[in-house]
Amino acid sequence: MNDNRQIVHTVKEQLRPPSERIPVFRWLKENLFSSWLNVILTVLAVAVIVMVLFGLLKWALGARWEVIPANLKLLLVGTYPVEYLWRVWTTGYIIAFLLGFSSGSHGGLMRRVSTVVASVSILMAILPFPWGTRGWLLGIAVAAAIGFSLGHLSKGIRWCKRLEIAAWLLSFPISLVLLNGLGGILPVIERRTTWGFLLNLIGAVVGIGLSFPIGVLLALGRRSELPAIRWVCTAYIEIIRGVPLISLLFMASIMLQLLLPTNVRPDLLIRAMMTITAFSAAYMAENVRGGLQAIPRGQYEAASAVGLNKALGTILIILPQALRLVIPAIVGQFIALFMDTTLFGFIAILELLNITRSIMGNIEWRGTIFELYVFIGVVFWILCYSMSYVSRRMEKTLGVGER
Amino acid sequence: MSNKVASSHSIPFWRDVRVLHVIGQVLFLVVIAAGIWWLLNNLQTNLKACGLKISFGFLKNTAGFPISEGLRYDPTDVNGYAFWVGIVNTIRVAVIGIVFATVIGTVIGVARLSNNWLVKKLAGLYVEIIRNIPLLVQLFFWYFAVMLTGLPMVKNSISLPGSIYLTRRGVYIPWATATESFNTWIFYVIGGLALAIIVYVLRRMQLKRTERPGFPIIWAITVLILTLVAGWFLTSGNPLALSVPVLKKFNFAGGLWLSTSFTALLMGLSVYTGAFIAEIVRAGILAVSKGQTEAAKAVGLRNTQVLRLVILPQAMRVIIPPLASQYLNLTKNSSLAILIGYYDLMNVGTTIFNQTGRAVEMILLIMASYLTMSLLTSLLMNYYNRRMKLVER
Repeated sequence: MNDNRQIVHTVKEQLRPPSERIPVFRWLKENLFSSWLNVILTVLAVAVIVMVLFGLLKWALGARWEVIPANLKLLLVGTYPVEYLWRVWTTGYIIAFLLGFSSGSHGGLMRRVSTVVASVSILMAILPFPWGTRGWLLGIAVAAAIGFSLGHLSKGIRWCKRLEIAAWLLSFPISLVLLNGLGGILPVIERRTTWGFLLNLIGAVVGIGLSFPIGVLLALGRRSELPAIRWVCTAYIEIIRGVPLISLLFMASIMLQLLLPTNVRPDLLIRAMMTITAFSAAYMAENVRGGLQAIPRGQYEAASAVGLNKALGTILIILPQALRLVIPAIVGQFIALFMDTTLFGFIAILELLNITRSIMGNIEWRGTIFELYVFIGVVFWILCYSMSYVSRRMEKTLGVGER
Repeated sequence: MSNKVASSHSIPFWRDVRVLHVIGQVLFLVVIAAGIWWLLNNLQTNLKACGLKISFGFLKNTAGFPISEGLRYDPTDVNGYAFWVGIVNTIRVAVIGIVFATVIGTVIGVARLSNNWLVKKLAGLYVEIIRNIPLLVQLFFWYFAVMLTGLPMVKNSISLPGSIYLTRRGVYIPWATATESFNTWIFYVIGGLALAIIVYVLRRMQLKRTERPGFPIIWAITVLILTLVAGWFLTSGNPLALSVPVLKKFNFAGGLWLSTSFTALLMGLSVYTGAFIAEIVRAGILAVSKGQTEAAKAVGLRNTQVLRLVILPQAMRVIIPPLASQYLNLTKNSSLAILIGYYDLMNVGTTIFNQTGRAVEMILLIMASYLTMSLLTSLLMNYYNRRMKLVER
């Protein structure tokens, strides 16, 4: 066994193509100036780059960037009371700890993610924030480090793995309770619809988390042999996917309460979450259906051959394989949903994008519109790009398309 | 056979799969129907409490609010017509946006496969930046930051070649306006269209008979253009006159005015969707293996023939379905118009709701409009897919 691997290893070593050191000039000639058309294209591209860079630099140097640090708290957590900010931090610590724990026990991609999170928090702590904030920021790195060492120690212990999964699952309700408060234990925070960027994050996480089970059921329903179930599920999926999210939000803001009994009046945030869950479930169903379709027929037949009935075969044999295939697609959907949460502003929820209006309305910050939108764009870009990067890597490690 | 019948008799009905299936479906439908009935019952109680009754009669009432863009419309027109103006505005921005997005997407998608390293990286940068920033942020950027803050006042507008003027009040472009002889020329237009359809059908039949590949649509378009040009010279006086925007005392006169919201929406939607289309185009081109080109050349096809007969049909099969869903996305995303003040169907719909308080009816109308567009597109797509499906041996 070991010998075999050794042989394979050496063969690979031999087959590796010779690394060629290409001289700079030849590289330039091949990649930029290989033909007349290429020369023109290169010149044009350089002109575009210079123009854009010059314009950006000129603007960026003259911009009033002080609007961002001055309103950072408002942008990120909105009107979340300062005395309760520790709850937001604690939520962050829980996530960082779990990330660290998973990276300690699994390594690989998780390790890279948690390293990035920890180093970003350390880098942020170098920025001129107030000392209190710096302390909190460093705490994230510390939480990740503690998690990492515990995870490393737990490697190979069976029950630790189960504990880890349970902790991840539990972390979502715990975080929500921490952020929102629970009657009698933690004081409930008033005015939940003005939490700035926190709402974007909560919206996306809640939307994906709740829509996952519904989406799986819808996907199974759409592939069901029973026509009634198939039709109902298909109708739901196609209707939701056929209308824009904003029309559903409009419905949630004015019509949902008409459909509920008089004594049930969910507040705006709950309604927004319900909408985004219902919306996301239809897309989730299509993603999961893609995974289900990728499972070869033989798996179904094998499941029934070993005596599993349909339900058990689906749960034990089909779904675990199918869901594993769709993880990258779900990450993609999470990114899309995260970006869609900016539409909450339409129903008067002050998420990151909408809360900038209150800053622009302030006479002191008049005319800082470019700065604020660029800031929002950069925040979303960094988060979404890194998530899609992770998802692409995951696709490779999961071996999607190879099995 | 007889064995099977006997066994089906011996199975009690509560263990007969067929019976269970029926019972399960009936139960499922009953639960769904009960849920819907419960919701509708609540709706009725709630509406009764407000003294409302569901009816679409309000569509015949006077709208009373202005719509600054689109079809000819007056605030004294009825709500139903106002909603129609909104639908047409949605289709307008969607269709123009689709054209722009396709052009941007094709250019960027091809650029991503360029031999030129710099061009390749620039195109990649464009795609990665645009796809990872929420569309609404981009729209707000175009509208509030670029159109309303970045552009100059009317007096010192930015003028582009071709008499295009960018101002804070909107964009002015030259546009053709109908003259008196237009009414004569329109007959040539109708005649040309009819002729084009006939030529298309005939040519297609001929191609089918001779079993040769080809594009009858090109013949049809040529016939149409020839008729239009002939009509142009045969009518006395030009049927269309070019109206160029000219700066008058306070504002531009002539030309076509595009509002700031329309321009911002168009820019935002085309740039955003263009990035997605670029990826689709790239994937489509990559999907046709190199061997196909080489094989086509080996059997002696010319370069244009290779592209027309071998590469494009295969790439299109990969490109068209996701492209259609992007077009649909663009149409649905145009509903964000409401947040930057363009009068699309969502915006007009919510305005009518605000005026009349008819929540349920307006939501039904809005959703039905979008659903119709989606269903029409997917029907077309299914038809296309069936036609283009790989004929397997």
